[in-house]
Amino acid sequence: MSFLSCEEMLAAARTQKISLAEAVLRSDLAESRLTEEQSRHTMRHLWHVMEATSREYDPAQRSRSGLSGGDAAKVEQAHKAGRSYGGDYLAEVTAEALKTAECNACMKRIVAAPTAGSCGVLPAVLLPLARVGEADEDAICEALYVAAGFGQVIAARATLAGAEGGCQAEVGAASAMAAAALCHLKGGTPEQCAAAAAMALGNLLGLVCDPVAGLVEVPCVKRNVVGAVNAVACANMALAGVDYAIPCDEVIDAMGRVGSLLSPDLRETGQGGLAATPTGVRIAERLAENDG
Amino acid sequence: MRLFDVLGPVMIGPSSSHTAGAAKIGYTAQKLLGDLPVEADIGLYGSFATTGKGHGTDRALVAGLLGLRPDDPRLPDSFALAQQQGMKFRIHPVELRSGHPNTAVLTLKSRTGRVLSMKAASVGGGRIRVTEIDGVPADFGGDSNTLIIHNEDTPGCIAEVTASLAMRRINIASMQVFRAGTGSYAVMVLECDSHIPHPLVQQLAVMPGILKVTCLNVDEPEESAEE
Repeated sequence: MSFLSCEEMLAAARTQKISLAEAVLRSDLAESRLTEEQSRHTMRHLWHVMEATSREYDPAQRSRSGLSGGDAAKVEQAHKAGRSYGGDYLAEVTAEALKTAECNACMKRIVAAPTAGSCGVLPAVLLPLARVGEADEDAICEALYVAAGFGQVIAARATLAGAEGGCQAEVGAASAMAAAALCHLKGGTPEQCAAAAAMALGNLLGLVCDPVAGLVEVPCVKRNVVGAVNAVACANMALAGVDYAIPCDEVIDAMGRVGSLLSPDLRETGQGGLAATPTGVRIAERLAENDG
Repeated sequence: MRLFDVLGPVMIGPSSSHTAGAAKIGYTAQKLLGDLPVEADIGLYGSFATTGKGHGTDRALVAGLLGLRPDDPRLPDSFALAQQQGMKFRIHPVELRSGHPNTAVLTLKSRTGRVLSMKAASVGGGRIRVTEIDGVPADFGGDSNTLIIHNEDTPGCIAEVTASLAMRRINIASMQVFRAGTGSYAVMVLECDSHIPHPLVQQLAVMPGILKVTCLNVDEPEESAEE
């Protein structure tokens, strides 16, 4: 059985004297009927797809609507030319989040993590570390188990669907998962991982799902960047010993409740938020005409 | 939710429900037909009809019908592939009295003349539920090897089918029995733990009282897809 609370997940690691990653892996084996080898093999495959998506990014490609594509390349060029803040890692995290999310909009192959709309967050924070040798493949896969464990708890207590919980359930959840993964990679304790996840989700509480023309493009692609950058900041805080006043399970419960309080207009229907702005509406009308 | 439902699936974007789920619906329908369709009528309901185009729902369904899996990079080019492989298709919105908002209604014909109609919904995260087969209610996800049997609604039919499975040491994971609203026939949907061999399908098909046998083997490699 997957864990129904972070508390339970942390306790399993503590009592069995195993890492958080190991606890998540073991809990899934019983349920999925996979062998440990199959599970690890699948995780490695997911990581390889994340790498391939980034590698195969084509700066010239545009989505069918013309709303997405080419932005990651702009960020990379600007950084090379010295026109960016925050150093190499921040520039790379930004570019990688855009790359994967743009690939998704352009109908290329991605890993839903936890959803297609939020697929850029986890690879964005991990790919730059792998590239400079700060984390090897084994360490990355361990971190992905930690991320998945927090994702499972969010799915159990709240939701991972934008249609049910808004963007906080997609990019918010992805950000919490990425924050926990980063924290684990740097040797953070399970408690610190939970604090990182709690902060990341807490920071994005209330984020609405308001796709222009109903497409996974505007504002989804750029929200992946915010999820990734937020994850980095929250992992840094947790690793520094910064505490979060609200426990992770309670933050997740709050996210679920906020989601159900959101008007349906703000839950993936493309009727509210940025989708309902004059420009958002104009874009939707133009696309409908072109399709008709 | 299982670990690899939270991380994963690997899929062609942009939407797990509108693209990956749609591809899986097409793929499952093609497997159930048992052959490449030469004609496909594709009805889209709800959100599939209204925002499907921008999500590539149409191309994903056609890709699935051609036997491409949801992570096949050729998915966006499925219309051209369909033309090359001689599959004619028509995509149009449909009105249903009720249904999950992401529902597709497919009517397929194979080159051998076999016909299949299927209604299925994309229920999130790339997962699907088949809700109707040939006009009879059903409920399965297409993640297990599945055997669907149309039979005359007479005593003993179910026992004969399960006995045949037992003889080949095939364990049944779940079983549903439905009676058609009109007429005197019933449908069994059996999700099995192991591969359903072709000879068994042939054997069942000629048993008295059995009208049609449809089989979905999810563990089957592409090359050995059988008629």
